[in-house]
Amino acid sequence: MKKLINSPDTVITDALRGMAAAHPALEVDVENRVISRAGGPAQGKVGLVSGGGSGHEPLHGGYVGYGMLTAAAPGEVYTSPVPDQILLATQRADGGAGVLHIVKNYTGDVLNFRMAAELAEDEDIRVVSVVTDDDAAVEDSTFTAGRRGVGGTVMVEKIAGAAAEEGADLDAVAAIATRVNERTRSFAIALHAGTVPAAGKPGFELAENEVELGVGIHGEPGRERGAMAPLHDLVGYALDVIHADLPVEGNVLVMLNGQGATPLIELYGAFAEATAWIEGHGATVTRSLVGNYITSLDQSGFSITVTRLDDELTRLWDAPVATPALRWGR
Amino acid sequence: MGFDTATATAWITTANAVVKEDEARLTALDAAIGDGDHGANLARGLAAAVAGIEEKRPETPGGVLVAAGRGIVAKTGGASGPLYGSALRRAGKALGDTADADATQLGAALEAMLAAIVELGAAAEGDKTMVDALTPAVQAFTALAADGAEVAAAAHAAADAAEAGLAATIPMQARKGRASYLGARSVGHEDPGAASMTLLLRALAEVTA
Repeated sequence: MKKLINSPDTVITDALRGMAAAHPALEVDVENRVISRAGGPAQGKVGLVSGGGSGHEPLHGGYVGYGMLTAAAPGEVYTSPVPDQILLATQRADGGAGVLHIVKNYTGDVLNFRMAAELAEDEDIRVVSVVTDDDAAVEDSTFTAGRRGVGGTVMVEKIAGAAAEEGADLDAVAAIATRVNERTRSFAIALHAGTVPAAGKPGFELAENEVELGVGIHGEPGRERGAMAPLHDLVGYALDVIHADLPVEGNVLVMLNGQGATPLIELYGAFAEATAWIEGHGATVTRSLVGNYITSLDQSGFSITVTRLDDELTRLWDAPVATPALRWGR
Repeated sequence: MGFDTATATAWITTANAVVKEDEARLTALDAAIGDGDHGANLARGLAAAVAGIEEKRPETPGGVLVAAGRGIVAKTGGASGPLYGSALRRAGKALGDTADADATQLGAALEAMLAAIVELGAAAEGDKTMVDALTPAVQAFTALAADGAEVAAAAHAAADAAEAGLAATIPMQARKGRASYLGARSVGHEDPGAASMTLLLRALAEVTA
């Protein structure tokens, strides 16, 4: 393993110290591992808290700021944060109007956030949780833990954050978050697995002519292995799966996301293929993101997330945002 | 000998040592069908459990398990943190303020542990989880306790039953946790949660022997 780290034990602390130094608009509690907006929550507005394993940067700490999250709790690498840490983030996000927990559907995240929500209720902070589950790679049935929450989480955090900034109440913000999640699907393809620092070797091995289809965001293997193919075919495969689950129609927001070790030249190539596929199916790409927004350490590959927009979601997407990783209109 | 404060403390201390020793194996099992952090997580959690006991210095075996469970929840994260943490806390509460639990009392505590995991994880036998090791272990323990066996004999039978339960997870298809996303590809691997649960029960047999 060759990584730019001091030691596997200090990876997260070192990164948090760097975030604190780079972003004065953030308050970074390195010891307790909570990132929140400097100056505290806006009084009378709904707070937004998310969190999950580290290794997915900029998710979630990079999305703390005006128009998006109020606080984030980063866990150990690929491991959800603990309840005390989520409670602290919730306290720092509470401006008196309650707090929305945005939780990716992974067993550990769901359990720890649920315990934290109970602790927050004990302190008279009203918490509503929205669980994202946009991964079209997983069949949602009684035979799985349900679909995973992946790239759609970025859309949920942005759009619900805009609604909270406008002064919507907790139930309304939660309803918007739920609507975004329902209208969003993602699919990911990996070429090489990422390496967890504590493990020291890649999470799975792929031959030169193989790809992992439907991979999750923790290097956990996908549901099947396929043959390496030109970009056109890989993007087509991903969009076929998304389309079969939730038809791609009308105006759509498309995120072409890198998993951590994929150069932009490849992501733009993939975005060109995605746009051609979508327009060829009669839908219109009206908003887009191309870059690394939800990563898996140094995994190489891409994910595509498609959100079916309507006028309100478009307006909230366009609303000003000022975070380390997403910034426009302000 | 029953299950007193010193034995309860020894159980958690031994569990910490054996999990630390087997950390790499647990992580490799998890990497095959999950995300490869189970060994590191549980090692961190059990170290926190030992620290929790040292800090609180509980005077009953129940108090030891509650302190251990709190330590795990506070430091572990993932799915194993809430599951193991709540399980030990619930077992500790079931023991009440007994100073020296007999086999029947410890059997009831293990039943409470299983109930906590089933409730929180919504898992049943056959889902390829820690429940597949713990369920037969609890059944073996309580059956022997009902026949008047001592703690040591019951714990030994429980560890053997857990090992058989662990082996039985190999042909199963996972229906809970990250392994469930693999569908049929999860078949052919030991479940890492069942493996760590077996280590814990083997540690119990060791310290009560």
